[in-house]
Amino acid sequence: MSVNMDNMVKVFERPRSLTDAQFSYCPGCHHGLVTRIIAHTIDELGIQDRAVIVASVGCSVTMYEWFRCDGIQAAHGRACAVATGIKRVNSNLIVFTYQGDGDLAAIGTAESIHAANRGENITVIFINNQIYGMTGGQMAPTTLLGQRATSCPDGRNAQLAGYPIRFAEVIAQLDAPVYVTRQALYDQKRIMAASRAIKKAFQCQIDGKGYSLVEILTNCPTNWRMSPVESNSYVMNQVVGTFPLGDLVDRG
Amino acid sequence: MTGNEAMAEAAICAGCRAYFGYPITPQNEILEYMATRMPGVGGAFIQAESEVAAINMCYGASAAGVRTMTSSSSPGISLKMEGISYLAGADLPCVIINVARGGPGLGNISPAQGDYFQATKGGGHGDYRMIVLGPATIAEAIEMVMLAFDLADKYRVPVMILSDGMLGQMMEPITLPEPVDPASLPGKPWALTGARGRHPNVVTSYAIDPGDLSQINTKRQSRYHQIEEKEVRYRETETSDATIVIVAYGTVARIARTAVRMARSQGIKLGMMQPITLWPFPYAPLRTLSSRVNTILTVEMSAGQMIEDVRLAVADRAETPFYGEVGGLVTTPKDILREVKRNVS
Amino acid sequence: MPKGTVVIDRERCKGCGLCLALCPEDVLAYSADYNQSGYNVVYMERPERCIGCAFCAQTCPDIAIEVYREKKSQQRE
Repeated sequence: MSVNMDNMVKVFERPRSLTDAQFSYCPGCHHGLVTRIIAHTIDELGIQDRAVIVASVGCSVTMYEWFRCDGIQAAHGRACAVATGIKRVNSNLIVFTYQGDGDLAAIGTAESIHAANRGENITVIFINNQIYGMTGGQMAPTTLLGQRATSCPDGRNAQLAGYPIRFAEVIAQLDAPVYVTRQALYDQKRIMAASRAIKKAFQCQIDGKGYSLVEILTNCPTNWRMSPVESNSYVMNQVVGTFPLGDLVDRG
Repeated sequence: MTGNEAMAEAAICAGCRAYFGYPITPQNEILEYMATRMPGVGGAFIQAESEVAAINMCYGASAAGVRTMTSSSSPGISLKMEGISYLAGADLPCVIINVARGGPGLGNISPAQGDYFQATKGGGHGDYRMIVLGPATIAEAIEMVMLAFDLADKYRVPVMILSDGMLGQMMEPITLPEPVDPASLPGKPWALTGARGRHPNVVTSYAIDPGDLSQINTKRQSRYHQIEEKEVRYRETETSDATIVIVAYGTVARIARTAVRMARSQGIKLGMMQPITLWPFPYAPLRTLSSRVNTILTVEMSAGQMIEDVRLAVADRAETPFYGEVGGLVTTPKDILREVKRNVS
Repeated sequence: MPKGTVVIDRERCKGCGLCLALCPEDVLAYSADYNQSGYNVVYMERPERCIGCAFCAQTCPDIAIEVYREKKSQQRE
């Protein structure tokens, strides 16, 4: 049954703001998905020639290689400070950081909180997969209680390693942030909601309204030792319980 | 105007339009001066949450193509070392002022020179170099801040002004240089200005393939060799007929000038060699000097750090005694003269 | 005439299976084919059922899927 292509119209294609590079991520990893959503957002908002990607250190360390935009590599944990420096000297640029849970909520806690507290007009994309992926699966500040990781082999124990930190809520306590939300990607509805949230965050910055944070619950099939499909249901059934979804601040 | 304020004003004259700092004695006046002045010239100013954040803000602002500076004092400079390594690794210009104080650890706020190794031998990780300038007077400090921004942009390297608490706090009449209009500065095609009508620019120090990183480093090392060949600066005082020469930089060089006058008045043929660039260190001029002088006395406000570079230059051509004060004690011309007499053969 | 169809970039596909799970019409399946990277590539096993909803493309982390939909005028009743 041949499909007559000429009366078909393309309704979904690769974002223009992406290069043709293939992603280096593991099969089924949501990093690639978030990258696509960001790229589609950059296309829709027409900011490819104004966007600056502040890549952090983790699986997404070479994220700027995927985009046709200017990019910079920040030291581990310092992306929000680097983004601040860029935005303060050229407010025309649309500056966003792309950070994992270790980068943003462990070593970079001070930079992350103070950039938000100063209300820097930047967008922070926070990838929360409760693990250090690049380095092989160590416990992260967001690792769930009882969740196994190479540095908490018997599962996270609160007495030894405290509790998973709800960073969006921490940022939501500050007066300056304009839009703070937590999203997920485990099904089509979530993917669409996350796409809207990311677009809203970038729009916040474009309109000069101020600081926006989009925390996204993502997966890590490799270090969670489960299939990509299982990881989606794990996020839905386990992770969301500790990290509730939705907008926490919307002064936009 | 204090040394600190003069250095801050010099930076603005040099076209610096981004300053990120953090309070630490004895350099607070730089931060405070920039807080009032920078907004007035349309520049960016932030008192960051830490020295670590401040140096990384510099990393961002410099990557965006703006002349950028930060300042701190010894303990704070230690916190900036990772950031400095990243600046070097990403070939980003930046000026870092260290108003050094007594150390190690919390130490005290007295002037000291215990940060020489950290500054010139690389306090951060990896094969990198940083141009280090050592002013002895406020006039020199102003000149060197202007020079620092030019060298930083010319070679795309971090440049440090290594001064100390005395220079920072003292006052001297000064004349300010002609301000540079940032717009008149040479363009930075590599800067992050938005990929409009050009290939994207990427500022990074990351290269996962050792072959790539080796190439990048080799290219950078050749730039360092150029700096070593072309940018060495030093000052000699009364060394033409000297039999003994002091080597000292910064505040100690200023004190030693008085010791030279005192010695000369007592018929002692004392001269002084003052390295201005601590890196690239003036090995060659010191080597030629040591072939016609019996003693090269190194004087530092530390337990002896620059002495190692002096001995590298001099080897066994002359005696290389050392006299140092530690803990933030400041030497005096009389102390230096006593040491000179002890070493005059 | 199916309402839609997809084109899967054989070399980009990493056989992660997310698209299979999300396709409402169960169109996709693992093929017998492996790409150069050794990943088991997904294909349209039941192309006639594709409605061009693009769920598969939206969830694909490697953007390996392009989606086409029948032009409005051509659609029956």
